[in-house]
Amino acid sequence: MDPPSSLKLLGSWADSHTHRVQLALKLKGLEFEYQEEDAINPSPALLLHNPVYKKVPVLLHSDRPVVESVVILQYIDETWADNPIMPADPFERAVARFWCHFAEDKLAPAVGAVFSSSGEGQKTAVDQVHDNLKLLERELRDGAFKGKRFFGGDKIGLLDIVLGCGSYWLAVFEEVMEVKLVDPGTFPVFHAWLKDFEEQNEVKETIPAIDKLLEYARGIRQMMLSLSNGTSTTAPAAAGTTSAINVAVDGRSG
Amino acid sequence: MDQSSSLKFLGSWADSHTHRVRLALKLKGLVFEYQEEDSVNPSPALLLHNPIYKKVPALLHDGRPVVESLVILQYIDETWTDDPIMHADPFERAIVRFWCHFADDKLGPAVGLVFSSAGEGQKAAVDQVHENLKLLERELRDGAFKGRRFFGGDNIGLLDIVLGCGSYWLAVFEEVMEVKLVDPDTFPLFHAWLRDFEEQKEVKETIPPIDKLLEHARGIRQMMLSLSTDTTTATTIGAPATGSTTSNNDAAVEEIGLLQESLVL
Repeated sequence: MDPPSSLKLLGSWADSHTHRVQLALKLKGLEFEYQEEDAINPSPALLLHNPVYKKVPVLLHSDRPVVESVVILQYIDETWADNPIMPADPFERAVARFWCHFAEDKLAPAVGAVFSSSGEGQKTAVDQVHDNLKLLERELRDGAFKGKRFFGGDKIGLLDIVLGCGSYWLAVFEEVMEVKLVDPGTFPVFHAWLKDFEEQNEVKETIPAIDKLLEYARGIRQMMLSLSNGTSTTAPAAAGTTSAINVAVDGRSG
Repeated sequence: MDQSSSLKFLGSWADSHTHRVRLALKLKGLVFEYQEEDSVNPSPALLLHNPIYKKVPALLHDGRPVVESLVILQYIDETWTDDPIMHADPFERAIVRFWCHFADDKLGPAVGLVFSSAGEGQKAAVDQVHENLKLLERELRDGAFKGRRFFGGDNIGLLDIVLGCGSYWLAVFEEVMEVKLVDPDTFPLFHAWLRDFEEQKEVKETIPPIDKLLEHARGIRQMMLSLSTDTTTATTIGAPATGSTTSNNDAAVEEIGLLQESLVL
């Protein structure tokens, strides 16, 4: 194992993509230095190491940067081979990678749309989330993940990390927005998986306390509503709000 | 090469993601059965094997489907390990995966926007393509790919396949749209790489002839322009046209949408 000083993570405390990397490092038993980044005011280090996207998370390994959370996760898994988070079989790896793509491409934007909309638009967004969750539920019930405790099998794997580290936001939004996203009656297997995931030690040590997330989400929702009412017109505030929303909500960070 | 298993590949002849997979299979010397798919009318097989996205390419290996071109490429590389298209070193792999993400996330959509817009909107799209190409040029000149013949090193690798199989569309659009996208003076290294890539035997056997692509692109651009004159409200040519009710128009809009999606380099 490398000495502790060789790993540094640039992240943001409420960012689900940051949590993905923190969880993976924890599952691998890797020590790392952490630097908190303000999404609106990226540090010189962040701009230097992620000039294309200028976003967290960024993992520095002996000062060499790796960016994009799913890229980082695979880098971690390929560099430290113990406690693998990817399956060994190429077909299972393809299945995991496909559903990671689905999570980022369909599910996360749908969840973000729930948070950033209201009225009829929000109802449509909620329906979209439900359609996407149905696809996952079906896969858990009858498909590629049938009979498994986690998407990765007996232990948490890449897809659990990717899906799980944003899924607690579902509960946050349900409370802040008063919408039902994960009804245990409709999505029993997904719901059971999520509760199991959230109970894992490493997960509890990674995800911030729910009350902090609720406070954070409520704050952003307030800003969004005041923006849409036209009471907040300063461009930097609007840009900052949008940036914070993008970072926290639909995972549009690295 | 030992290939006792069966490979079947669902694709569309003008689709750059289909070309990615075809090129990878060719580089690996793999034999496969090919089924042409009409993007507007997917076959039962495609709907069965890619129920979520209902799109090509789909690779069936002994009947089991793998979908999403980047997933397929890595699957091919991990299953048939001769002639690797991914480097063994994890950091190198991370760099390649990052730039593949960039290609599909930023560059491809920007190029698609050039094709589907006009006037000021198109000018902005062209600027966006140039911004993205500058980032790649810089990486070729001073960064991760400095001094290399291909992104993969001496041989074509994953990133060459991903970037290359859409980059010929740049030349197609330059001709159809009369815009300059890859000026050799501004992007000398990218331009040189692209010419080198296009000269590779396997690439020439994979990419359709340029005149067929030009004809295809001109046809779609015509449809887009005729759709935009049917309405007064479409801000992007190819956006669902208000009031378009004919099935021809629906098919055209769908085809444009699918083309735009396939234009991620």
